[in-house]
Amino acid sequence: MNNILYKYILGIADNCLILGQRLGELCGHGPSLETDIACTNISLDLFGQVRSYYQYASQIQGEGKSEDDIAMLRPEREYLNVLLVEQPNTDFAYVMTRQFLFDMYHYLFLQKLQESNDNTLEAIAKKSIKEVSYHLRFSSDWIKRLGDGTQESHDRIQLAVNDLWVYTDELFHQTEDDKVMVSNGVGVDTSVLKDNYYNSVSEVLISATIEVPESKYFQKGGKLGIHTEHLGFLLSDMQYMQRAYPNMSW
Amino acid sequence: MDELIEHAEIDGELIPILDEVADPEIPVLTVLDMGVIRYAKIIKTREAIVKLTPTYSGCPAMDVIADDITDAFTKAGFKVSIELLLAPAWSTDWISERGRNAMEAYGIAAPLNPIADKAALLDGEKIVKCTLCGSINTKLVSQFGSTACKALFKCEDCLEPFDYFKCLK
Repeated sequence: MNNILYKYILGIADNCLILGQRLGELCGHGPSLETDIACTNISLDLFGQVRSYYQYASQIQGEGKSEDDIAMLRPEREYLNVLLVEQPNTDFAYVMTRQFLFDMYHYLFLQKLQESNDNTLEAIAKKSIKEVSYHLRFSSDWIKRLGDGTQESHDRIQLAVNDLWVYTDELFHQTEDDKVMVSNGVGVDTSVLKDNYYNSVSEVLISATIEVPESKYFQKGGKLGIHTEHLGFLLSDMQYMQRAYPNMSW
Repeated sequence: MDELIEHAEIDGELIPILDEVADPEIPVLTVLDMGVIRYAKIIKTREAIVKLTPTYSGCPAMDVIADDITDAFTKAGFKVSIELLLAPAWSTDWISERGRNAMEAYGIAAPLNPIADKAALLDGEKIVKCTLCGSINTKLVSQFGSTACKALFKCEDCLEPFDYFKCLK
């Protein structure tokens, strides 16, 4: 049972880690100083959340590993994040669309995780949701500004939405382990979030004059450790120091 | 001094020690003003436990605060162990009145109530008061400012750029 809980925690935490890393790549490269700072601030929130999750995961695992070991020393196939969060920073429209599609899910997910009968997960959820509500406001705002902005910004958001839409369904997939966690009251039954998610996402897209994609073709795999090609490149960058200088610490 | 320890369990004897420890990012506030100390008790002679809660999950000031508390207690002749608490989650309501005033004097607008906060950050309502001239003719520049807990504003009368401490509740 502990191993299932361990993997369940990683599934939540890895989303935060990988998205945090993607946003961190924008440090010094954001389109303006304000958006640069905003993206890295969101990244910082996500890294903070991930530390709480990994500290708890390490305690559950009981092998004396540190949060850094869990973050840095796993091979690609052991990362359980969804495919959406590992997609690259193609342009600012992609960055904000990826953020918005994830924030909406993250917010709804944490709302439910607050009801978990696992006290630590409940505490992390209650803390994190306050931060995530700001993330969601920020990304929704940009979707509206760019979607309902110039022809160019509109087209770019539409393109990003069309491209990233394929990764949204996976947010609601439940692995066998997830189902065990749901049945014992620890995990969140994501299937009940789905309608609310698509309704809320569509509402923002429509107000941003963006067409809601109708495609029913979706990608999956991240939750089982099968990733898009992008994760390998991200990890090789993120894990570089630990690979080059094993056991180094700050 | 009483309002500093509202909602928290803190031994009176430890208050002067904690009140010496400043927030590393807003040095005019003490850790008591910030409301991050949730528990501080003497467990036996010259030995104490302090429980801290982070403002934001990723707040980089937390490690520094823990080190500073250890230093302050050591100086006062105490051995201290520090724990990090996640629940209940920190709220801007725990910032003391003295803290809010010090924050404003330092150039950071204190948090508004949740409804006003939303109106200011999302609907662009002019309600955040400039910390320099007091005008409410101010404009949101960015929802995220110099740290995760603040947003960046600009006064359209005196043109002063200033931080606003976001409401977290």
